[in-house]
Amino acid sequence: MRYEVADSVAGAASLLAGEAGQSYVLAGGTDLLVQLRAGMISPDLVVDIKGLDETRTISESGGAYTIGAAVAGAELGEHDTLGTVWPGVTEGAELIGSTQIQGRASMGGNLCNASPAADAVPALIAADATCTIIGPDGTREAAVADIPTGPGSNSLGKGEFVVSINLPSRPANSSDAYLRMIPRTEMDIAIVGAAVNLTLDDDGTCTAAKIVLGAVAPTAIDVPAAADALIGTKLDDDALAAAAAAASAAANPISDKRGTVEYRIKVAGVLTKRAAKIAYDRARKGSAS
Amino acid sequence: MAKIHVTTTINGDPAEFLCEPHETLLDILRDELQLTGSKEGCASGDCGACSVMLDGRLVCSCLVLGAEVQGSEVETVENIAQGDKLHPVQQRILEHGALQCGYCTPGIVVAAKALLDRNNDPSETEIRYWLAGNLCRCTGYDKIIGAVMDAAADMRGEAS
Repeated sequence: MRYEVADSVAGAASLLAGEAGQSYVLAGGTDLLVQLRAGMISPDLVVDIKGLDETRTISESGGAYTIGAAVAGAELGEHDTLGTVWPGVTEGAELIGSTQIQGRASMGGNLCNASPAADAVPALIAADATCTIIGPDGTREAAVADIPTGPGSNSLGKGEFVVSINLPSRPANSSDAYLRMIPRTEMDIAIVGAAVNLTLDDDGTCTAAKIVLGAVAPTAIDVPAAADALIGTKLDDDALAAAAAAASAAANPISDKRGTVEYRIKVAGVLTKRAAKIAYDRARKGSAS
Repeated sequence: MAKIHVTTTINGDPAEFLCEPHETLLDILRDELQLTGSKEGCASGDCGACSVMLDGRLVCSCLVLGAEVQGSEVETVENIAQGDKLHPVQQRILEHGALQCGYCTPGIVVAAKALLDRNNDPSETEIRYWLAGNLCRCTGYDKIIGAVMDAAADMRGEAS
């Protein structure tokens, strides 16, 4: 295994593309080193991308945020405004691992590692986030939703990596929330995650919604039927019950040691309802303004 | 494969070492630099026994490559007592008997100090969440939490 430090994003892409064997990107390393030490991967080349401005900076322009793919969870949580404008995105990223893991783990890594239970991903998809990808053929934009393709696999081509994650500017009266269920109180993998992103009008009627579930399918899933149940309502009990039922209907989970199919389906509805209420209260308080 | 030459700062002193690309910071600290306070528990980032500060962030040194610390500042548990004077976290852990086998203790000292350096008045809940990545199989945690609460009071200058 060779270890190289990228001196530019283009340089990183050309190193990755030029390696005939297995090449991997290193950001926080909290997945890569575990896989390396467990013998799950045998890289010929590891390219460290976290020393670059593009991968380590959070910037805001006209209400839109660009978040470097290697920005650590703790750095996201400490940002002045991100957690106010996108509380759901921020809380999803901050739920990953322990304090120690938060010091290193990145949203870019969480996205590309492509765990179905990745806590950063549902809220990003609910936010209609995109990512900037660089590769041997140049730079392209893709929806965050299009990156994971199944457990542990993603849509990036040879030599490509995610440089940054981009959150759009927000209308007034908008907010989001992410909740997950884990069998322990802390330090565990989600058995269900639910992200809700809402926009309200001045009277509190929902005008736009997006609801995304994690850990109940091979990738995070957008559930438009659940969102539709909220649009045009003030999230009364009937609307919340309909959204919960739609979320449960869309869930297609597996049973494992953390939870059964039946439990995950039930909890998908419960968390959808709870996250929707939190997002609604945040939007009413004008957290996005 | 040539080894990688790394220059860094460890516990305030310049340090340099040669490492293989796959070697972790924990391997280097323990096997090359004889700083054996940091322990290997799980080697997968779950237990926190290898906790160190890297550029002011609490991290698991088992999940950092040695090569990554080029130009960085690393602080290990060996740098926390000042000579013979223990840090309040260490002193209170002793007084509370907040250890049995002691294997997790260096990681807990580093992690608890990192918390108190940011916030010298944490709630019990904040301490429990902050230390959730430091596993202890002996104490049941209550004595550790109590020690950190008292250390925080010491750092605030309150008599106890």
